[in-house]
Amino acid sequence: MGRGTVMKPGPPLWLLLELTYRCPLHCVFCYNPTDFARSGPELDTADWLRVLREARALGAVQLGLSGGEPLARDDLEVIVAEAHRLGFYINLITSGVGLTEPRISALKTAGLDHIQLSFQDSSRQMNDFLSSTRTFELKSKVAALIKKYDYPMVLNVVLHRLNIDHVEEILDLADGLGAEYVELANTQYYGWAWQNRAQLLPSREQVKRAEAATQRFRERGGRPMQIFFVVPDYFERRPKPCMNGLGSIFLTVTPDGTALPCHAARMLPGLDFPNVRAASVEHVWFESAAFNHYRGDAWMKEPCRSCPEKARDFGGCRCQAYLMTGDAANADPVCDLSPHHHLVTEAVALANRPAEIQKQSLDEKPLVFRSPQNSAALFP
Amino acid sequence: MSNTLIDTACVPVIDRRFRLQWEAAQNAHVLLYPEGMVKLNGSAGEILKRCDGIATIAEITAELEQTFATTGLSGDVLAFVTMAVDNKWVAVRS
Repeated sequence: MGRGTVMKPGPPLWLLLELTYRCPLHCVFCYNPTDFARSGPELDTADWLRVLREARALGAVQLGLSGGEPLARDDLEVIVAEAHRLGFYINLITSGVGLTEPRISALKTAGLDHIQLSFQDSSRQMNDFLSSTRTFELKSKVAALIKKYDYPMVLNVVLHRLNIDHVEEILDLADGLGAEYVELANTQYYGWAWQNRAQLLPSREQVKRAEAATQRFRERGGRPMQIFFVVPDYFERRPKPCMNGLGSIFLTVTPDGTALPCHAARMLPGLDFPNVRAASVEHVWFESAAFNHYRGDAWMKEPCRSCPEKARDFGGCRCQAYLMTGDAANADPVCDLSPHHHLVTEAVALANRPAEIQKQSLDEKPLVFRSPQNSAALFP
Repeated sequence: MSNTLIDTACVPVIDRRFRLQWEAAQNAHVLLYPEGMVKLNGSAGEILKRCDGIATIAEITAELEQTFATTGLSGDVLAFVTMAVDNKWVAVRS
């Protein structure tokens, strides 16, 4: 779809509700903001139900329920039931912790359409290390429950330096669990992942080997399983069309009710993101200055402004531009036309160093696990 | 690719992994699936909403021709259902 200088936004087709920042896991690659510990109180049930009704009236239809761990909310079944009544297609994005048989049964009855289960690795040791929990066995049990309740099984594994060499074993694990879809999602560097980027960014060799391993697995044939290998954008020369442009189809509501055009966008400076406690979803989407700011291309700088590809990638990711260059209106430095592209190639060059040097730097700068304690320590 | 040879006697049904739904905001039928959505054009929507697991492709074609006061849709309907089966939107039984 083309997009001119002036545009009237369509509906927020995709609604992501981050119901809580509470999470039993402590994943080092989590995209949640590192300052989540100072976030305000969570919306109550009535607020979430109102957000659902208002968003659905605007045309929202795909619903993601995420977090943190959404199962930490004991009103999840109530939220799902209302979303189902309204006609949403409901995706639960979960670590599986807390998904007992009574709960999956209640969620099925309430009308939940799909469960995306995350794994951290194919091995118990690495899964448990990366999430700083003992959850590997539990996830396997949850996978069996997902099958038993006749859900399509979508496994999501976030890839990075510490597990990307296990891609073939991860795919074998997924196959063994009977997965229909597997997302091998290379880490995107926001939030805790940004904090830990030096330890998590794989080398170019690792990425190549992982792609080759994925291809080998596909060629093996056997039980049908769709595999999505999400290429890490640091290794590309053009940026991703992030969120299809901010304010185009995605709407995220954070646990405290802040409305965002992308789940990482709270970091963007100078934007006063509205809160659904005080503003209707209609106002948030169509009227608020924060949602209108990055629509169209008036905000763009060169080289994006005059670039023939701007209608395809919208200048890439605003958050990545801000994190790496300090100005969210700059071109995403992943683009090799960006004057800041060297920031990406330098990070990759560091990741390409030999393993023993990497290990040394990991010892000097240990991984920071996602936890309320670490969040409070980072933002005293 | 589909392994089944599809003819007008086959009975198509929306695959259990997909949900067909009319979306007023998009003025279109859509197919919903895990974290995805296909927006359908008018004819695709009209065909798919008749894929109820009871009607054969021939019956669906006759019904469409009657509703839209036209003839000669058979080839188009068969081609669309074949494509929909290849995309796993639709399952058929003979």
